[in-house]
Amino acid sequence: MIQITQKENQSRWVSLGIPIVAAVLSLLLAAIPLAFTGASIPDAYVQMINGVFGSLFNFTEMLTRATPLIFTGLAAAIAFRAKLWNIGAEGQLYLGAMAAVWVGTGMVDGPPILMIPLVLAAGAIAGGLGMLGPALLKTRFGADEVVTSLLLNFIILIFLQMMLEGPLKDPMGLGWPQSEPIIDNAILPQLITRMRLHAGFILALGTAVVAYVILAMTVWGFKVRAVGENAAAARHAGIAVNKTYLAVAMASGALAGIAGVSEVAGLKGYLTADLSPGFGYTGIVVAMLAGLSPLGVIAASLFVASVFVGADSMSRAIGVSSFIADLIVSMSLICVLLGGFFARFNLRWDRNKGGGS
Amino acid sequence: MMDFVNIFLSDSFWAASLRIATPLIFGVLGALLCERSGVLNLGIEGIFVVGAMTGWMAVWLGAGLWGGVVVAALSGALFGLFHGILTVIFGLSQHVSGLGITLFGTSVASFTYRTALPQVSSPPRIEPFRALDIPILSDLPFIGPVLFQQTAMTWLALFLVAIVWWMMEKTALGVAIKAVGDNPDAVNAQGLSVIKLRMGSVIAGSALMALGGAFLTMSAFDAFFFGMVNGRGWICIALVIFASWQPGKALMGALLFGMFDALQVRLQTQAGAIIPGQIFLMAPYVLSIIALVIVARKADYPRALLTPWFKGQR
Repeated sequence: MIQITQKENQSRWVSLGIPIVAAVLSLLLAAIPLAFTGASIPDAYVQMINGVFGSLFNFTEMLTRATPLIFTGLAAAIAFRAKLWNIGAEGQLYLGAMAAVWVGTGMVDGPPILMIPLVLAAGAIAGGLGMLGPALLKTRFGADEVVTSLLLNFIILIFLQMMLEGPLKDPMGLGWPQSEPIIDNAILPQLITRMRLHAGFILALGTAVVAYVILAMTVWGFKVRAVGENAAAARHAGIAVNKTYLAVAMASGALAGIAGVSEVAGLKGYLTADLSPGFGYTGIVVAMLAGLSPLGVIAASLFVASVFVGADSMSRAIGVSSFIADLIVSMSLICVLLGGFFARFNLRWDRNKGGGS
Repeated sequence: MMDFVNIFLSDSFWAASLRIATPLIFGVLGALLCERSGVLNLGIEGIFVVGAMTGWMAVWLGAGLWGGVVVAALSGALFGLFHGILTVIFGLSQHVSGLGITLFGTSVASFTYRTALPQVSSPPRIEPFRALDIPILSDLPFIGPVLFQQTAMTWLALFLVAIVWWMMEKTALGVAIKAVGDNPDAVNAQGLSVIKLRMGSVIAGSALMALGGAFLTMSAFDAFFFGMVNGRGWICIALVIFASWQPGKALMGALLFGMFDALQVRLQTQAGAIIPGQIFLMAPYVLSIIALVIVARKADYPRALLTPWFKGQR
């Protein structure tokens, strides 16, 4: 039988090393599906690396792709810290984007200094309310937030299609289900001319730092962690557990909502139903790779974005399906999960089968 | 109002309800088996996709329809084994492992499909399961179209409800599985293997989930599309709570769901001019949430659900 025993202590370096090993391992494991496609494996990796580091444009594309992932990664990390399973970031992202389009396409106008915070706030509130619902169902009725937040994704996506064919539809859009363009004053500025990288990236970095400070250094952050580690003990210690859940839900949903604002007001300029290729779900992987640490989310987002951008470019160059990126990212999640196990436990093969217990 | 009554009087409505319920019956039974043993399997959505793809692909490669069913079940079992290793043997987070299996299963299936069929614009089709044509029975008024003109997979699903019910309620194995989901220490004290019982339940449950996916590509439709599972797996996770982890109630829950879904399609065609169609499309997901909220407070979760168990510890 395999004997599993807990290790005495776990060094900081190990918890830092696991995600790195997991990321590298998932990239190496990609060779297996690549081999099935008949493509040259070294060539594929070269194309991937080129796709990210080959030019300034490629590199900024990677940073652009990382931007929404930082927000959705933070959304997942903060919620999971409190063991509030927000799996609905995809829907909250679209709520944020819809709110941004609602206020940002001419409803009000003003200088950018007012308009940009306004669309960001609108998106944050919409996203936050999107997660407040499942959190209330949890605290009021005991309904499992995993299922409710997941199912809300589908409801919100259908609602989005309804809005894009109705109230939010661009009358000049030649019949396409897309919104009117965001007005110039509400557009997040570009960071480098002729590159798509926008101020949303800087905002994402700043948000990660703020999230880190709040979680690590404030009383509220302490409460969040206490609720996550042991809700019953936290309640016993006088922490208002349900109130904490609701606040975490608002914060988490707001972050996902801002991801939507950043994409629509920073990158696309108008809203369509394919704004997000699953950023909400990928955010969960990012958060896990980051070990639920807000600063780790930055690094994990850069890795995941590199995989997506690199795989896109490889796909274009040698014709391997771009689903390889999803494969690598999902493998990295499983690798990091396993890595966490090997860091915490010793495995020992025990010869006398009947022994133990 | 008369139209509304007519819907319930038409055999096509009841036939559609059962047809829509079929993949959910497979899925809820699978989730039930996993959770009864104490393991939440959020891999269900991905395993649906895997079953849909592998079953279809096997038939497309010439394995025959029942060959496809077997391949789908086996590939589901393989992902169940994976989830079991992560959650039962290694005791890792069932939430995270399950989501990982869903992402991994979905991407493996999509990648394999795309790699095998790179250049297709319209997906290739197979000859799916046909409606049963049983002499006399299929020709009975009302009952005939509703029950005896379904495909063999629907009957397989109904048969499996009976099998799972019998196993859970009437066999020692069922008692052991339920016990291991409630109190693994007691099961271990009786000299039974907690690990084996849980692994077996997760593997078998995942095979059932994959059949739900296979129904979509081999019976409901005749091709594989990306995104065709569309949350059906998640709905099963809600339904199993609604069904209090009991096979009979699981069947009722799936049928009730199928009825509502069939009803919304028919109402949509009647009221389409007044109410946007999307309102009706939302209904299945909204209903699942409402069902969950109604039962949540009194839901009697398997007591050891989500709790890993290690030999010789604690």
